[in-house]
Amino acid sequence: MKPFDYVRPGTVAEAIAAAAQPGAVYLAAGTNLLDLMKGGVSRPNRLVDVTHLDGLDRIERLADGSLRVGALVSNADLAHDSEFARSYPAVAEALLSGASAQLRNAATVGGNLLQRTRCTYFYDTASRCNKREAGRGCNARDGENRSHAVLGWSESCIATHPSDFCVPLVALDAVVEIEGRTGRREIALDELHRLPGNTPERDTALEPDDLIIALRLPPAARSFAAHARYLKVRERTSYAFAVVSAAAALRIENGKIAEARLALGGVAAKPWRARAAEDVLRSVAPTADAFRDAAWRALADAKPSGDNAYKIELARRILVRALTLAAAGTPARLPALPASPFASTSGAVHA
Amino acid sequence: MPELNLTSAPAHLRHGSNIGQPLTRRDGVLKVTGRATYAADNHPPGMLFAVMAVASIARGHVISLDVAAAKRHPGVVDVMTPDHKPALAIDPDIKTNPFVFRMEVLQSNEVRYANQPIAVVIAETLEAATEGAALLAPRYETLPPLVGLDAGESFVPPVVGVGNPAAHHHGDVEAGLASAEKQIDAVYETRPQYHNAMEPHAIVAHWDGDTLSIDTPSQAMVMARARVAELFGLAPEKIHIRSPFLGGGFGSKGFLTGPQILGLMAAKLVGRPVKLVLRREQMYGPVGHRAPTRQRLRIGANGEGRLTALDHHARTVSSTFDDFYEPAADASHTLYAAPAIRTTHDAVRVNTGTPLFMRAPGEATGSIALESAIDEMAWACSMDPLAFRLRNYAEVEPITGKPFSSKALRACYEQGAARFGWAKRPLPPRQMRDGAGLLVGWGMGTATFPALMFQAEARAVIRRDGSGAMEIGAHDMGQGAWTALAQIAADELGLDIDRVEFKAGSSDLPDAGIAGGSAHTATAGAAIHSAGAAVIAKLADLATNDERSPLFGAGNAGVVARDGKLFRRDDESRGESYAEILARAGISEVEARGTGAPNPAALEEFAMHAHGAVFAEVKVDPELGQVRVTRMVGAFAAGRIVNPRMVQSQLFGGMIWGLSFALHEEAITDRRTGRIMNANLGEYHIPVNADVPPLDVITVEEHDPHVNALGIKGVGEIGITGSAGAVANAVWHATGVRVRRFPIRIEELLTQR
Ligand SMILES: Cc1cc2nc3c(=O)[nH]c(=O)nc-3n(C[C@H](O)[C@H](O)[C@H](O)COP(=O)(O)OP(=O)(O)OC[C@H]3O[C@@H](n4cnc5c(N)ncnc54)[C@H](O)[C@@H]3O)c2cc1C
Ligand code: SF4
Repeated sequence: MKPFDYVRPGTVAEAIAAAAQPGAVYLAAGTNLLDLMKGGVSRPNRLVDVTHLDGLDRIERLADGSLRVGALVSNADLAHDSEFARSYPAVAEALLSGASAQLRNAATVGGNLLQRTRCTYFYDTASRCNKREAGRGCNARDGENRSHAVLGWSESCIATHPSDFCVPLVALDAVVEIEGRTGRREIALDELHRLPGNTPERDTALEPDDLIIALRLPPAARSFAAHARYLKVRERTSYAFAVVSAAAALRIENGKIAEARLALGGVAAKPWRARAAEDVLRSVAPTADAFRDAAWRALADAKPSGDNAYKIELARRILVRALTLAAAGTPARLPALPASPFASTSGAVHA
Repeated sequence: MPELNLTSAPAHLRHGSNIGQPLTRRDGVLKVTGRATYAADNHPPGMLFAVMAVASIARGHVISLDVAAAKRHPGVVDVMTPDHKPALAIDPDIKTNPFVFRMEVLQSNEVRYANQPIAVVIAETLEAATEGAALLAPRYETLPPLVGLDAGESFVPPVVGVGNPAAHHHGDVEAGLASAEKQIDAVYETRPQYHNAMEPHAIVAHWDGDTLSIDTPSQAMVMARARVAELFGLAPEKIHIRSPFLGGGFGSKGFLTGPQILGLMAAKLVGRPVKLVLRREQMYGPVGHRAPTRQRLRIGANGEGRLTALDHHARTVSSTFDDFYEPAADASHTLYAAPAIRTTHDAVRVNTGTPLFMRAPGEATGSIALESAIDEMAWACSMDPLAFRLRNYAEVEPITGKPFSSKALRACYEQGAARFGWAKRPLPPRQMRDGAGLLVGWGMGTATFPALMFQAEARAVIRRDGSGAMEIGAHDMGQGAWTALAQIAADELGLDIDRVEFKAGSSDLPDAGIAGGSAHTATAGAAIHSAGAAVIAKLADLATNDERSPLFGAGNAGVVARDGKLFRRDDESRGESYAEILARAGISEVEARGTGAPNPAALEEFAMHAHGAVFAEVKVDPELGQVRVTRMVGAFAAGRIVNPRMVQSQLFGGMIWGLSFALHEEAITDRRTGRIMNANLGEYHIPVNADVPPLDVITVEEHDPHVNALGIKGVGEIGITGSAGAVANAVWHATGVRVRRFPIRIEELLTQR
């Protein structure tokens, strides 16, 4: 492996200073980054290990009713925090449907947000990939691309963002707190990941030395707790990335949808908030017809980027199902197979 | 030393209670405590690490390697390339016997498949070797690769599988089809699959002058030793291969592969011990795989649902430089009683590593197509799939007309169906839903695998302290040879298992043949059986010829060996312990050898196969198309069961591989470059725990006096056959959508709602 420096700062300020040099990257649990380094996809000069920074591993309830999750909280700890799971059940369900128990124990909130695409041509250094090397071309465009994007893609890149966690988060208007050379700022999660356009080499709105400090869920995010689900279709029952997934959260008042939140995963280079579809559902009764209309609206601009037209129809169906499940009410306990169409199958003991 | 081959009616009996017992693995504690030494766990003093650089193109030439850059990297000792390597004693492309497959050992700069080794970097550490390999930065002259089942002009291979004719026929297929009242004509596709044993291929090579010590996982040590001997010009006795444990083989460790030979060459080049371990992605190329197939089945049946003809054609691929052809169509030879059967194969050459034996080669690929087609035919005849199979039950082997040595398939159907509750299955598809609204489907498949026997030898010893030893260079791939063969040895020696020193897993022991073809227990067991009989015969001679022994004169009546003693067969009150016999004779031990081999007369007379019936339930989300198997029952008749616990595990494993075949496993090849895009266990999907339902295995009683002296048929591979088709048929029954491309994918099930 290419030699690199390893530094382990104790404070956020030291971390940002350490990351200022070109070729430096932050290392959290490394479940994604180390794989990329072993494959020669990432060849950093310096790893800035953030896992020993103070104060980034807390889950705090703020006075205004929002929730603040430190960037170093593990995926498993967050999902198993019972107050968190009660307040944001779709997020907990999404977390538990991702990767494996071992990976979730290690993986951090910040790392999950910033995990790279799973496009196999991106991982394969013998292939041309604009995301890996700007301007080299995209071998996925005419390649084996049945799992690639159907929304927001460009001729330069058709990759998807693979995170489950981000899908309900973007639906719930999560905010990312960032500390960088210019101090602290925050942006909506929806603004964090970029669509590829002509610059797919830039995954996010972050500058290279920007450090994610925390994730915040605004007070309103709790108001969907009674009707919130995440649903993930995958090629095996567990331990697989989504083919397509959806988060649906509803605020139902007097038999009508007061507010709907919808997002799709596995369809675009970012977790895909379906705002137009949310509008379709405002102030209507939660009926199958309404859900279908919303699903059609959500995919109105979708187009296949390869052998993946099926993902458009699948996405519609997943949205309808996620909405149906959300309308039926959040289950009292998280299903044994979180986010799975087989969640209710008896005898399912593994996740 | 006399060599006895007592395959039937021995003069003396050995009685034991070990065979048939569900002993747990005797090496289990070693394995779960990490003390079992796998090949890569060895670190001889002074050992260096070798890492292969592999081609990132599938066809062309390497035109440059930056050897200087690699050598400059700290820790790198040497770089082996086609221009800098130890000479081999013979051209490795020469096929000195039919089990020699061509391998890539840096003989030229030509690239014939992606992931082909093109150089080896040898360094003081694994890290330095790995970085050295990356620094080679190969440049290529690339040619358009041949990819896929339509890559070029097809041809009829001379043979398929191991020496089977590419075409077979019996009766008039066209007439049978013409006379049929119902016909189906369907094309099924299976995708390339890779063995993916947990333990990657690894070798630790240690030259000491002209002797060579090798730790490497092998399913056939003595054959491997012979190959090393000819490649390096050594006498076989100078080579010692140790392979006590394999972390799975599945056929990919049956023959020495190129990377293993490269490890030996690297050690020779640098004059120090060398370890070479493949990375996961490097296993997708030089160590064999299962070729894709496209199979066309044309089947006819009359008004009563009796088959009139069965025509099975399989297209497959081989590499551009060697020949192995997945004998998929041969699956139609044995199962269904069609008066006319034709099986044919053709192939194209593609830029891949040579496909090889993998988990029921031919049987598995052929079975999923045949069982799907039989299911389609049953539906065309409006018959229950089990009733249809029973209507066409083969009383004799259809393709040859030979009687079966034993065939308890009817009992498998009955017991499996009863346990599963098959009788309640509605005939049409898409009739059942569960409480949550998921579609439920039930499907079945017939399992079959030939009962094979190879050649093996064993050495048995009885010692003056009353203990015994059995030596045989057998292979434990995880299937339980350390346990099952020791059970046979104990019974054959008439000793408790704790009194038998069982030695295996080393090439300096008698040749146990190949652990493949599901024939290892049968073959090695037969050798152990005859060695045990021979040593008991010698011991009996000592006693019955000695007038001081209570057994004097019992030679004609014969003796019975049990619990470390010999007894007169006609008067069991008269007996004497092994220790007493040897002490009186003043001998420290007696030893004898025995062999196991197929019986040509029985082979001539009988068709020999294991059979089974597998029933599967799947649930399918009606809108989303995701499939999950929720129940599987398999009933198998495989002759004598040496260790029920281990047999059950083998059958579980086979059924899971069947499920995997139907729903998960597929190597995705880029059609432009011939590169495999999912060469890792994250994306090459095999079932995880959550995909595997409660499995129910029934072993059906079957007594077979013909297959071998112990009546053992194999259980290693049969489980995958039948199972894959059962799952696929259940998906149809759940959804009404007949998918003919495996693995079944979500998009195929979205066509209907
Ligand atoms: C086999 C496998 C299966 C998986 N399956 C799934 C799945 O089904 N669903 C799913 O959602 N995910 C899945 N994952 C991905 C997994 O969720 C991510 O690998 C994990 O969340 C990354 O977290 P980490 O802490 O290990 O990040 P790292 O690997 O350490 O870092 C990832 C990236 O984030 C950057 N980074 C990390 N922390 C910060 C920070 N605080 N500020 C700025 N930058 C930062 C790093 O520089 C790096 O670029 C899978 C992973 C594997 C290996
Ligand atoms: S889709 Fe994007 S990530 Fe994949 S190869 Fe093309 S540019 Fe690279």
